[in-house]
Amino acid sequence: MSDSLSGGLATESEILAAAEAWRQAGRGVALATVTETWGSAPRPVGSHLVIDGEGNFLGSVSGGCVEGAVVTEAIDVIASGVPKLLEFGVADETAWRVGLSCGGRIAVHVVPVT
Amino acid sequence: MDLALLSALNRHRAAREAVALVTDLESGAARLVTPESLAADPAAELLAEAFRTGKSTKAVAGDRTFFIDVHVPPVRLIVIGAVHISQALAEMARLVELDCTLIDPREAFATPERFPNVRLIAEWPDVALSPLRPDRYTAFVALTHDPKIDDPALTLALRAECFYIGALGSRKTHARRLERLAAAGFTEGDLARIRAPIGLDLGAVSPAEIAVSILAEIIGTQRQRRRS
Repeated sequence: MSDSLSGGLATESEILAAAEAWRQAGRGVALATVTETWGSAPRPVGSHLVIDGEGNFLGSVSGGCVEGAVVTEAIDVIASGVPKLLEFGVADETAWRVGLSCGGRIAVHVVPVT
Repeated sequence: MDLALLSALNRHRAAREAVALVTDLESGAARLVTPESLAADPAAELLAEAFRTGKSTKAVAGDRTFFIDVHVPPVRLIVIGAVHISQALAEMARLVELDCTLIDPREAFATPERFPNVRLIAEWPDVALSPLRPDRYTAFVALTHDPKIDDPALTLALRAECFYIGALGSRKTHARRLERLAAAGFTEGDLARIRAPIGLDLGAVSPAEIAVSILAEIIGTQRQRRRS
């Protein structure tokens, strides 16, 4: 975990530049994007999180609530090369582990950078 | 997503060019679309809307679901006139994350002592403005009252289609300004885009209060565009 707190403060440009630079350096990279939100969600649609194969990440999709779970899924995506569409929210049975305390729901699309 | 596509996205962003990354949510297939190339795209209408509002969104076209990740340049503020109002305006602009540049050819006005932490250009607007490439994502404010300085700047701002154009001056001053710009070839429709008297009508008196009214008008214009 490189920066679970300060990562949320990275600018969009820094996140996307990191995705490019990490991949160019030969690291496995996935890009996660908030594609939908319902109710009160901590980060708006279009927010990005970049993850490498070792679980380093930059950016934010939920201000810290579900980043851990997204990183775990992203490592899978990097290994398999297959995109994933994830949903998080209090209605989800996983809420006790990685739910959004604000009561909102978010969808996050994770794609490998190849 | 292909690395080449990501590199191209970053190049567009660095050049302050609007661009959308369209990703199929099932297959992960992705493409880049610009306002110039969108007419040929199957999702042209949805993309035009996304560029207009600056909002990324999930969308359905035919039997495919995709995500439009729209990137519009960060909003800039260009101020003509290193005057008292600009001192307050530049400080407040920083708080609302507007990237501010000040231009004034009068070197006695445009000093770093009066404007710490601001990008300051002591040049005539017709020299200083073009390299800055004002665009639809730029707010433009003319505050000198001096036609020699304000008029050429307003001319460039109107041509660049800045989303906000404001000019300081009384109704009388502005009426004369409109006559000059009309004589220079601008239509009534063009000239109606200039906000004058500048700023929301708060009854502002002090330079800092006038700066608040200008900034509020800029924010209102920016957010309404996104809301509508």
